[in-house]
Amino acid sequence: METKFARIALAAWVIFVLAFLFVPIILIFVYAFNASNIQSWPIPGLSLRWFVSAWGNQEIRTALGLSLKAGVLATSIAVFLGSSAAFAVHRFDFFGKETVSFMVVLPIALPGIITGMALNSFFVFWGLGLSFWTIVIGHATFCIVIVYNNVIARLRRVPRSLEEASMDLGADAWQTFRRITLPMISTSLVAGALLAFALSFDEVIVTTFTAGAQNTLPLWIFGAIRLGQRLPEVNVVVLFVMSLTFLPVLLAYKLTNQAGPMVK
Amino acid sequence: MNDRPHTVSVSTSDRLSAVLSGAVRRVSVILWRKPGLSAGLLLAPPLGWFLLIYIAALAALFISAFWTTDSFTGEIDRTWTLSNFQAIFGSETYRLIALRTIFMAAAVTITDVILAFPFAYFMVRLASQRQRVALFTLVLVPLWSSYLARVYAWRLIFAHEGVLNWVLHGLGFQSIEIGYTNWAMWIVFSYIWLPFMIMPIYAALERIPYSLFEASLDLGAKAWRTFFKVILPLAMPGVVAGSIFSFSLTLGDYITPVLVGGPGSDFIGNVVYANVGIANNVPFAAAYASIPLVVMGLYLMAARRSGAFDVM
Repeated sequence: METKFARIALAAWVIFVLAFLFVPIILIFVYAFNASNIQSWPIPGLSLRWFVSAWGNQEIRTALGLSLKAGVLATSIAVFLGSSAAFAVHRFDFFGKETVSFMVVLPIALPGIITGMALNSFFVFWGLGLSFWTIVIGHATFCIVIVYNNVIARLRRVPRSLEEASMDLGADAWQTFRRITLPMISTSLVAGALLAFALSFDEVIVTTFTAGAQNTLPLWIFGAIRLGQRLPEVNVVVLFVMSLTFLPVLLAYKLTNQAGPMVK
Repeated sequence: MNDRPHTVSVSTSDRLSAVLSGAVRRVSVILWRKPGLSAGLLLAPPLGWFLLIYIAALAALFISAFWTTDSFTGEIDRTWTLSNFQAIFGSETYRLIALRTIFMAAAVTITDVILAFPFAYFMVRLASQRQRVALFTLVLVPLWSSYLARVYAWRLIFAHEGVLNWVLHGLGFQSIEIGYTNWAMWIVFSYIWLPFMIMPIYAALERIPYSLFEASLDLGAKAWRTFFKVILPLAMPGVVAGSIFSFSLTLGDYITPVLVGGPGSDFIGNVVYANVGIANNVPFAAAYASIPLVVMGLYLMAARRSGAFDVM
């Protein structure tokens, strides 16, 4: 139904939007190799010196270690809680079922400052000093929905009859879960976990409310940019964070290879 | 004599495994007969986590908005009062900041719909299968790649000696100082949340059966009429789902205003953060944060009716 003009106009629009999306990302790549310590364009030359300097920076290493640890722990919690919620909602009918899917999405659907503040006052109220663990709890809370969405989307697609067949043939609940259900949903679990990790590794707003003296990598970057310090190293770290977030995402996409559940 | 212990151990382990598998079986029979029990077991951990940590905290936050902080001791005074809200609505500055935040969130949402809709439409209707997969992946990369990195990139672009001015010079224009203004925030927010708009619109458009396009055209509707009467209404859940993200994420942000906004570009989030972190006035911060909370609450309820949650 589209006229030739409409087709050309739409194609041009797509190219414009792609340029808008990718020029900044390409610039991040280029600036990381900037030979100068002045952030101007065009860059005077290419160099790897800031990679060396960032690698040697103890603050960056500590922050990276913390981010990785928090990400792995938060992801593990999210996988456990998100998949059990998905199973419960998919398998059973109960009062308030709709509310569960609404509730798990709240931490990312509500503005970040609200989730951050709510968690912050929760910790303060119970006298839990802000620490590494409060970061993990915060991250797990907003990562649950990622796993939940991925797993429930998969559960809706796999036929229930396979499990019934397994039970009819004499397998118990555990055998059926281990041999039938788990293999069918495993890629969605892995995809959910990868996405949850990517989200946790990059989060900054909620983290500023739940971190005490600790710096995650995004907190370090935020602080450095705001103060205008160590910007050449920031370029390198930012490139690293970007790569480490989108690699899991591409992998997750390959694993699910389907449009629906990838949207946060 | 020699093989006795051996026989014993075999029969013990046999018995043990029989007992164990019997136990597993009994448990699975019980769970099968009482679905309520298995639902409860599955649901308890996530539900407990959310109710105890998150929902309770949200409720507590909302309640504390009606309390005050003693400016002298820093202690929270639990007397019910509307004074925080009076302070907010009575103050020109706080009203301005709230309006700026909401206005920016709306402007960013509209911009993103305009940018995303034709893009998603192209993906569904005109792109070949391979192009569609490629475009999908190309939208995913910025959607998930680092938020801070992408905001930071725009600082580099807007800088006095940055890419923008370099391009403008090359084209023979004067340099402009757009960094640290509301315009900069508008561009950066629109940029950051654009993929969140493309994805749900794409998902909604993809669900529209091709036959509906044909039927509309067969019945004599012109292309634009088909678009406004058939496609747009069916794509609305996608637009609403995308707008939840762009609107809510902008409302709740305070990083972008710090990094690319100017001195007079505070958002609700900046005031909230300052009051939690520095001033230690949680009740006031809670009262101020209840503005985006109420706005988003209404928005989410309306969105749920439109079926937006099915394409998220």
